[in-house]
Amino acid sequence: MPRPLTFTAGLVALALLLTFPLVFTLPYPRDVMIRIFLYATLATAWNVLAGYCGQISLGHAVFFGTGAYTSTVLVKSLGLTPWAGMLAGAALAVALSQVIGYPVFRLRGHYFAIATIAVGEIVQTFMINWDWVGGARGLFIPIDRTGSLLAFQFRDKQVYYYIALGLLLLALWVTRRIERSRTGYYFRAIREDQDAAASLGIPVARYKQRAMAVSAALTALGGTFYAQYILFIDPESVLPLSLSILICLIAVLGGVGTLWGPLIGAAILVPLGEATRIYLGGTGKAIDLLIYGFLIMVISVVQPGGIMALAQRGRRRTG
Amino acid sequence: MDRPGEGVLLDVRGVTKRFGGLVANNDISFRVGAGEMVGIIGPNGAGKSTLFDLLTGFQPADAGEVLLDGRPITRFRPDEISRLGVARTFQKLRPFTQMTVIENVMVGAFQKTTDLARARRDATNALERVGLADKAESHARVLSTGQRKRLELARALATKPRLLLLDEVTGGVDLRSIPGLVALVRELNAAGTTLVVIEHNMGVIMDVSRRIVALHLGEVIADGPPAAVGRDPRVVEAYLGQAYVR
Ligand SMILES: Nc1ncnc2c1ncn2[C@@H]1O[C@H](COP(=O)(O)OP(=O)(O)OP(=O)(O)O)[C@@H](O)[C@H]1O
Ligand SMILES: [Mg+2]
Repeated sequence: MPRPLTFTAGLVALALLLTFPLVFTLPYPRDVMIRIFLYATLATAWNVLAGYCGQISLGHAVFFGTGAYTSTVLVKSLGLTPWAGMLAGAALAVALSQVIGYPVFRLRGHYFAIATIAVGEIVQTFMINWDWVGGARGLFIPIDRTGSLLAFQFRDKQVYYYIALGLLLLALWVTRRIERSRTGYYFRAIREDQDAAASLGIPVARYKQRAMAVSAALTALGGTFYAQYILFIDPESVLPLSLSILICLIAVLGGVGTLWGPLIGAAILVPLGEATRIYLGGTGKAIDLLIYGFLIMVISVVQPGGIMALAQRGRRRTG
Repeated sequence: MDRPGEGVLLDVRGVTKRFGGLVANNDISFRVGAGEMVGIIGPNGAGKSTLFDLLTGFQPADAGEVLLDGRPITRFRPDEISRLGVARTFQKLRPFTQMTVIENVMVGAFQKTTDLARARRDATNALERVGLADKAESHARVLSTGQRKRLELARALATKPRLLLLDEVTGGVDLRSIPGLVALVRELNAAGTTLVVIEHNMGVIMDVSRRIVALHLGEVIADGPPAAVGRDPRVVEAYLGQAYVR
């Protein structure tokens, strides 16, 4: 597509997204959209580290949980607004990501992925046993019905809708900025061949840490949003391995290492998850994962580049 | 060979590398003056590529020292050594296959700039120098071996090195491309880049460099002008029965 056309299409899409909650006033469709935005944000954040820089993390729930727990603990103990908590959560996630990254980035390929799973499990177990932050019982976010924007709690889902959309746009914007900078080139070079990258002067470890920091921060923002949206968090909901895997699957389905891939993946997988939950009844959860697993197998056999690669191939044929 | 200390760009002092019981590099010493072009020869397994790995930080030396401009760089990381102005190519080529040719070279060019447009210009220049400018927008994975060699060379050049280490530029390349590559290497040297070139093809190396270091079983067995090294009995013996002696 020529540039002005792409730009116009983007504006139209944005206008449609902005008017959506005005047209669809029922909570349910809004809820589905909010989940799409949230998961798309998480997958976009994951994509910075895994898609561009090639470091497949299966422990990103740690950063999601960090965001959720930080803002929640701060609002409960200090009465701090979750907006500030959100920033604190992102900062803590960045710090944590650097501590985790230092040893873990010494590992390559599958070993890295396995190590991130281990870190995720350790953190979850740790939180389950830490009573001061609710342990396995979890934490309720104190209800605040003042309706003040500062409280980050809204009766009307519409506000959550716009916040989630804002987070997604932020994640996409950050990704775009990286893509078009030296950092983006360096990330991709590291993904493809880190020895060749080093031979060209790239401080590989430092750039991996950078990718991890950006990815962790964006993921943590999503965690705080989740906590304020659901108003209850526990290690089972914000720190599970299944969340880390789901984030990965969404990005893989849509296409890793592409700007729009994670959003496309979320737009497909989230409604699909909803559908299976409705038609397959309350036990839907495990069946979701079965379907996700099956989808990933199909993708990796038929189209390893995800849906974005399919789209690009189509474009090349017609163009 | 005995040149004053100040003209010396690379000073290799007794480097040794063992892989288990195998001594791949044994007490290797030589110096490379600024602006020189030195050829490194030796039969398969002589330790040539290992030597490059030691010089560029890809393998830690077990003993010895490497000095660049008189400063020790022995324990430096590959990226640090690269930023000090030492570029290398790999014997087993390592293009970024999912990137285009120009993007590959831009990665190198980014060492000297953060500006995208400038990196693109520098990369285009490097591609022109190696004669690959017409392939700029192609994907690296569709290139032939000869083109990949040129790509790797352009990528290294884009870092604007003072010292360039080339590991078998003509290896695996079809015969017709060899003269072009040789001419290119000559040009680079003429333009002021110091070169150390590993080469299997004796004809090529004797032709391009005025000084040759011969390795055998990890040791320097000769160091001098091509004609003298070619006649050296230890070199002749080392190469005995090897097909590429011409
Ligand atoms: N990483 C390694 N681990 C163990 N042994 C190695 C390693 N790298 C090289 N060697 C061994 O060290 C010796 C020197 O290898 P090197 O690759 O340096 O030789 P070379 O002179 O470059 O040979 P060629 O002309 O075939 O490229 C060989 O016997 C090789 O098998
Ligand atoms: Mg070799």
